[in-house]
Amino acid sequence: MLSFSNISKSIDTWLNATFNSTWTMLFEMVIAGVGVISLFAILGLVLVLMERRVAAWIQIRLGPNRVGPGGMLQSLADTVKLLVKEGMTPDGADKFLFNLAPFIAIIVAMLLMAPIAFAKNFQLWDMNIGVLYVTAISSIMVISILMAGWASNNKYSLMGAMRSGAQIVSYELSAGLSILAIVVLSGSLNLNDIIQSQADGWWIFKGHIPVIIAFIIFIIAVTAETNRAPFDLAEAESELTAGFHTEYSGMKFALFFLAEYINVFIVCAIGATLFLGGWMPFHIGNWESFNHIMDYIPSSMWFFSKTFFLIFLIMWFRWTFPRLRIDQLLNLEWKYLLPISMFNLLLVTAMAILGWHF
Amino acid sequence: MVEEIGRTADGDIIINVGPQHPATHGVLHLVITINGETIKKVEPHLGYIHRSIEKMCESLTYRQFIYVTSRMDYLSSHINNHACALCVEKALQIEVSSRAQVVRILLDELTRIASHELWWGAMAMDLGAFTPFFHAFRERETINDIMEETCGARLTMNYIVPGGIMQDIHPNFQKRIKDFIKLYKSKISEYDELVTGNIIFQNRMKGVGYLSAEDAISFGVTGPAARGSNISCDVRKIYPYEIYDQLEFVEVLETGCDSFARYMVRIREMNQSIRIIEQLVDNIPEGDFQTKTKAVLKLPKGEFYQRVETARGEFGVYIVSEGGTTPYRIKFRSPGFSNLSALDHMARGSKLGDLVAIMGTLDLVIPDIDR
Amino acid sequence: MQEFKKEVSFVEKNKIAIKKKNMFIVNYIKDVFNGVKSLVVGLRRTMYYFSHHKEIITEQYPDNRDTLVLPDRFKGEVILVHDENNEHACTGCTACELACPNATIKIITKFDISPEGKKKKAIDKFVYHLELCTMCNLCIVACPTDAIKMAQTFEHSVYNRAELTKVLNKQGSKIREGVE
Ligand code: SF4
Ligand code: SF4
Repeated sequence: MLSFSNISKSIDTWLNATFNSTWTMLFEMVIAGVGVISLFAILGLVLVLMERRVAAWIQIRLGPNRVGPGGMLQSLADTVKLLVKEGMTPDGADKFLFNLAPFIAIIVAMLLMAPIAFAKNFQLWDMNIGVLYVTAISSIMVISILMAGWASNNKYSLMGAMRSGAQIVSYELSAGLSILAIVVLSGSLNLNDIIQSQADGWWIFKGHIPVIIAFIIFIIAVTAETNRAPFDLAEAESELTAGFHTEYSGMKFALFFLAEYINVFIVCAIGATLFLGGWMPFHIGNWESFNHIMDYIPSSMWFFSKTFFLIFLIMWFRWTFPRLRIDQLLNLEWKYLLPISMFNLLLVTAMAILGWHF
Repeated sequence: MVEEIGRTADGDIIINVGPQHPATHGVLHLVITINGETIKKVEPHLGYIHRSIEKMCESLTYRQFIYVTSRMDYLSSHINNHACALCVEKALQIEVSSRAQVVRILLDELTRIASHELWWGAMAMDLGAFTPFFHAFRERETINDIMEETCGARLTMNYIVPGGIMQDIHPNFQKRIKDFIKLYKSKISEYDELVTGNIIFQNRMKGVGYLSAEDAISFGVTGPAARGSNISCDVRKIYPYEIYDQLEFVEVLETGCDSFARYMVRIREMNQSIRIIEQLVDNIPEGDFQTKTKAVLKLPKGEFYQRVETARGEFGVYIVSEGGTTPYRIKFRSPGFSNLSALDHMARGSKLGDLVAIMGTLDLVIPDIDR
Repeated sequence: MQEFKKEVSFVEKNKIAIKKKNMFIVNYIKDVFNGVKSLVVGLRRTMYYFSHHKEIITEQYPDNRDTLVLPDRFKGEVILVHDENNEHACTGCTACELACPNATIKIITKFDISPEGKKKKAIDKFVYHLELCTMCNLCIVACPTDAIKMAQTFEHSVYNRAELTKVLNKQGSKIREGVE
């Protein structure tokens, strides 16, 4: 069967047969790099189009429908527009940091791609601390936002950056705690092991109510961490015009824009991996024939459909809810989410020790 | 101590909000002083869209000057036109046929609903929810279609003239209005689902932008903004014009004094307007749509004042006549100007995000403030 | 400063009120539950629109140009009505010019010599400045012979402003017989 793991394996064998091991390593790195970058481009195009469609349908509009069949090429046209635009650097800006910030944003997003298992046996880097790695790297994101806000020498940008700093630092806590719930249950930090532990059922089904609570908190926290509405205070269109990227234009703006969508994709991929079993097909206990049919659907299909389901969820939130205020945002985290997720973690731990899950 | 640019002596930051800013809905320029996220002072700067309408009116005849008023508060242009026509009629003692009166009120109330619909959408958009804006436009477009069919324009109608209305109503007028009422009633509950009941929205609005009744009076705040502070100031009730005194509707009052109260006033006011429309739409009397007037109107020497209730508050027209064909002096009392003056008072001490919410509940239309 | 303090105290009071409410764990849970419920209600509404495409109200404007019907009262621009004999009803009385608030209309008259040798006033040029017109309908109402009316066109954009100044009477047109 044509699957990602087979393709990667055959490429690997072919390279090993043709070149020596150093060259093989190099070639594989190049292939992976090209693969990630093209995935980036495709994801950016698809997600932007998807967001616009979701927004349009919710808002009883049609959405993009002029460029290409059914507006499919709209985001491509936008990209071209952004590419040919002049990338201005304001006079009073700290030029070095100003130009560096968007690249940090995009590099962070790229680094986050590494441990994600896109399909069965298809992973860039199967490290044994995958979960820790993801939480650690994703907090670097805030540096690029702070950098952009500070270097722009614009008060709106600065405020957006400061808001974002407070927001990401605090929401990381509950995101981390809800991820911990799964780590406790599966007993491993390795993303692959976590997926394997869900072979007989996804954690969201196996883990009873505590895992569902953890899942909800996770979704809320990552929405906040990726600066998406209703937590888009860093951008806050109606308050701060465009927040931390007010001064950015052209390609540098596009990089921020892309990083936002890639981040959404990544956190949704992590969520899908932790709670919905990653590429694991949907299995029900001992219904052999049903499980068999489910196995026929390729694992990458499972992964992407779960991820896109979560992405849709986040987009759905964005187009339904008004924005929170900064103090309410912090209230929500420190007074509601954090206590709940701590208590929840306690429950999950008890559950794991007593073996109450399926 | 040398003042840094963009900072006060206390080290607070000064920010320009506007004249081009998504939340000011036009070319309003606010200079705000903030300490972190907390607002210390809001200073509105006007003049970016000043067209000297009052001066312009001095060179226009009493038939001509009405059209200019549609360009002030463009969201309630009918009501503005109505005020001017009423003022001229009062001066000349013109009797307006009851048909014209009923049609005028119908159009006024439709305008009020349309204005509140737009406000509702824009309000939600200020708070970061984009969807309600489009949903509000669905209903608003229906009203605009009615206007377009009968008055020939969607925004700046100039349909009300001294003596009545310019043309007779369109044959479809009543049917369209009934269709609209049906649509409105089927959709109004969605407003609550999408925005009013939403916990985030309520938290953003409740306890924000406190305006006590005394302050509202001393700042001259009128309209829904004042009624949210429990001040009875509906001109339709206290100085009834046309046939408002024969109609059944209640003046909407809320006691919250905060943004949420002002929000609720407008939402409930839409229902009252629907109630008025329902009473009138089947009872448009037969008769002339316009009383015969002289070709050239000459107001007697003297001063004339007429006030009406627009969607934003009390709108007044003050005409000083020297007996000629054009006014000697015209003064418009626009609700937006006084309402804006309370902004500083309301916004002090609240967060930057609240400023947007407060501005939203004042429902500012900048050309109305600047004229 | 006094006022400022008053505002702050209001905010403070509010916070205390919220704190009091949250003192009891039951209320806390109730708050969370009601809050989540209100959010779910909103989500349900948007999901309805997401999945019901028949509710979409967009008009595809340039595509539906052929079928687009504007109401007959729509005020698009002022035109001088000509019949099939290239005749109009404008006597050149300048009532419209006087009624117009922004000097949009300029009537240039001339004197026609009728076959009997009588001099008769007629329009030479009916100049209309579309760029000044506010579509207020006053000229139409003022015209005693109903010579002008509003057309339902609305795509008025041109590249050169001068193109907006129009002469409304067609080449060689004349006044209809019997219109005074
Ligand atoms: S519509 Fe109004 S502005 Fe236009 S030409 Fe006629 S009177 Fe003048
Ligand atoms: S259009 Fe009518 S009002 Fe104007 S000059 Fe001709 S006849 Fe007179």
